[in-house]
Amino acid sequence: MTQPYVRVQDLHVQFPTEDGIVRAVDGVTFDVERGKTLAIVGESGCGKSVTSQAIMGLLNRRNSRISGEVWLGDQEMIGASDDTLRSMRGSEIAMIFQDPFASLHPFYRIGNQLAEAVRSHNNVSKAEARERARHMLAEVGIPNPERRLDDYPHQLSGGMRQRVMIAMALINGPKVLIADEPTTALDVTVQAQIMELLAKLQDEYNTAIILITHDLGVVADVADEVAVMYAGRVVERGGLEDIFYRPQMPYSVGLLASVPRLNTVTERLIPIPGQPPSLIRLPSGCRFEARCAVKHLVADDRCRLEQPQLMPAGDDDEHLVRCHLDVAQRTEYSQSKLAEATAQGSAS
Amino acid sequence: MTAYVIRRVLTGFLILVLLSMFTFLLFSALPADPAALTCGKACTPQIIEANRIRLGLNLPLWEQYWEFVKGLFVGHNYGAGQASFQCPAPSLGYSFRRGECVTELITSRLPVTAYLTLGAFIMWIIAGVSLGIYSALRRGRWQERLTMGGALVGYSFPTFFIGLLALFFVVIKWQLLPYPSYVPPTENPVQFLQTMILPWLTLAVVYAAFYIRLTRNQMLETLDEDYIRTARAKGLKERTVIGKHALRAGLTPIVTAAGLDIAILMGGAIITESVFTLPGIGRLAIDSVLEADLPVITATVLVAGSFIVFMNVVVDLLYAVIDPRVRLV
Repeated sequence: MTQPYVRVQDLHVQFPTEDGIVRAVDGVTFDVERGKTLAIVGESGCGKSVTSQAIMGLLNRRNSRISGEVWLGDQEMIGASDDTLRSMRGSEIAMIFQDPFASLHPFYRIGNQLAEAVRSHNNVSKAEARERARHMLAEVGIPNPERRLDDYPHQLSGGMRQRVMIAMALINGPKVLIADEPTTALDVTVQAQIMELLAKLQDEYNTAIILITHDLGVVADVADEVAVMYAGRVVERGGLEDIFYRPQMPYSVGLLASVPRLNTVTERLIPIPGQPPSLIRLPSGCRFEARCAVKHLVADDRCRLEQPQLMPAGDDDEHLVRCHLDVAQRTEYSQSKLAEATAQGSAS
Repeated sequence: MTAYVIRRVLTGFLILVLLSMFTFLLFSALPADPAALTCGKACTPQIIEANRIRLGLNLPLWEQYWEFVKGLFVGHNYGAGQASFQCPAPSLGYSFRRGECVTELITSRLPVTAYLTLGAFIMWIIAGVSLGIYSALRRGRWQERLTMGGALVGYSFPTFFIGLLALFFVVIKWQLLPYPSYVPPTENPVQFLQTMILPWLTLAVVYAAFYIRLTRNQMLETLDEDYIRTARAKGLKERTVIGKHALRAGLTPIVTAAGLDIAILMGGAIITESVFTLPGIGRLAIDSVLEADLPVITATVLVAGSFIVFMNVVVDLLYAVIDPRVRLV
C-alpha cells in the first residue's frame, strides 16, 4: 500500500515572545494523497497559515520552535537543511497566497518572474524558460500569453494576477500545492473561475492540494477532506460530507450554523459568542470550553479540567473529533443547531 | 517621456532664473558698496568710481541683471579702450579681487570637488548599502547592534572632527601620508591619491553611517512584503531573494538620497575642502564670502543650485527606470 504523499505528524510551532510562548500550532496531524484536496478551516489566528508555512519550510527557525514531522514523499521537511528546503520549494511543493496584488514583485515583468522559477530548479536556457512560462500562462487561461509575458503585474486584473500566481506555483509540476486563502481578495465571479481552474489543473497534474480558508462555500465545492482547526489544534477531521452534514464538535457546528444562507431573508447571522483563547495562556481543558453552549452536559467539569483527545466520532475511523460529549449528545446538538439555522432561513 | 524631460528641464531653468534674481536682489540690499570692495586700502574715490563704471555697477539693478544674463550667452566686456577686459561666454561675471573671470575660477575648481564627491560617493554607497543589508539580515543579533552602534557614532561626529582627527593621527602623528597638497590626477596620480584618500574617507564615514541606517530600514520593510515570501516559496536562493527582489524594491529612497547628497556635495563640500585645503568649489565659496567677493558668491550659489535642479531631474528619471509603475507624464 502506498502512503499518502503529504504526512504531517504531531506538528508543533511555538514563537517565544516577551509575553510568553505563543503556541500557534499544537500537535497537528493529517495526511493528503496526491490528487486529493484537504481543506483546513478555522477563524483567523487558529494556526492554519502557520501550519502551511511550516510545511513549506518558510518559518524563520531563529524566532520559532518547530517540532514534529512533515513528510513530502520520502523527504522530511522539519529537520531538513535550508538547502534541501529551498530545492523542494517551487519544485515539489508550491504555494499561492491570499493577495495576488502583493504577492507578485511589482518591479519585474511576469515572464521574468515565471522564468526565474523555472531556472532556479532546472538547468535550461533563458529562451526555454520563457517558452515554458508562455505555455504555463496559456494553461491557466491567460489570453495572449506571448504578450502578457512582458507585462508588469500592475497591468493585470486581480483574477489575472492570481492566475499568474497559479502558473508560477505549478510551472515545475509540484506534487503538493498549498493554497492559502486563494480567493479571499477576489471578486465573487472570479473566485469561482479560480477554483475551477485549480480543480482542472489538479486533475491534470495529479496534485495534492491543501486549501487554507475560512470560506466554507469554497470548501464545499472542492474539498475531499476537511480539518477544522481551533486555537492551534485540529478539533475535527473527516470527509467533506461528514463535516458538512454530520459535524460533531460544537465549534464545527457553530461554524456551519454561522454561514449565511442564500434563502435567509432575516438579516441576523448566527455568530459563535466569545473570542478564541490567547495562544500564550491556553486553558488546561478543552480550548473551546469558554464558548461552548453544551459543556454543561458533561459531568464533573471535565471540559474545563481535561483536554479531550482526537478520537473516532463514531464507527467511522476517518471521522475524528476532539470532544468530551458522547455520540448521542453531539449528534443531537448538531442536528438541532443546524435545523435552527436552516429554519431561520425558511421561516421568513 | 521626452515631453516630461523637456518640461522638467524648463522648470529647472525657471527655478535657476528665479534663484539668480533672488541672489542679485539680496546682494544689492547689502550695506556694503560693491565698487568700494574692488580695491584695497590705498583706494581713492576716483578709482572706486572708475571701477563702478567699468563693472556696470552704476546701472540700475535690472540692467545689471540683464548684463549678467547676457554675459552667460555672449560673454561680457568690461570698460572700454585700453583698460577694458573681457570674459567670454558663458560669463558669470568678473572678480576684481582675484582679477579673474568667475567662470574660469569655477571651472578650475570644479574638478577638485567632483573628484572628492565621486570618490567619497563610491566608498559610502558600497559600505552603506552592504552594511545596511547585513544588519537587516542579522536583525536583533549582536552583529546588527554593532553595525548600528557604529553607524550612530559615525553619524554623530561632525565632518570637521573626523577630518581633523584623521589629519592629526595619519599625517602628523604617524606620518603615514604626506601633508595633503592637491595636484590633478593627470599630473601626479600618486600624490593625488595620497591627498584624496583622507577626505574621501572622512566624507564616506559620515555619509555611510546615514546610508547604513537608510538601507537597513528599507530592507526590513521590504523583507516583510508578500512578494518576498513568494520569492522564497519559488525556491530562489536566499542571495537572489535579498540581492534581487528585496534590494530592488527598497532602492528608490536610497537613489533619492544619493542623488541629492551628490548634488549638495558638488555645490561645495565646504568643511572637508577647508580641513584638507582642497581648492574646490566649497573653498572658493567660503573664501569669497570672507572677502565679500560678490560676483563669485553669486556664481557659487547658482552653480550649487544648478546641481540640485539637475540631480532632481536625474533622480526622477531613475525612479521610472527602477519602478515600472511610475509614469513620467
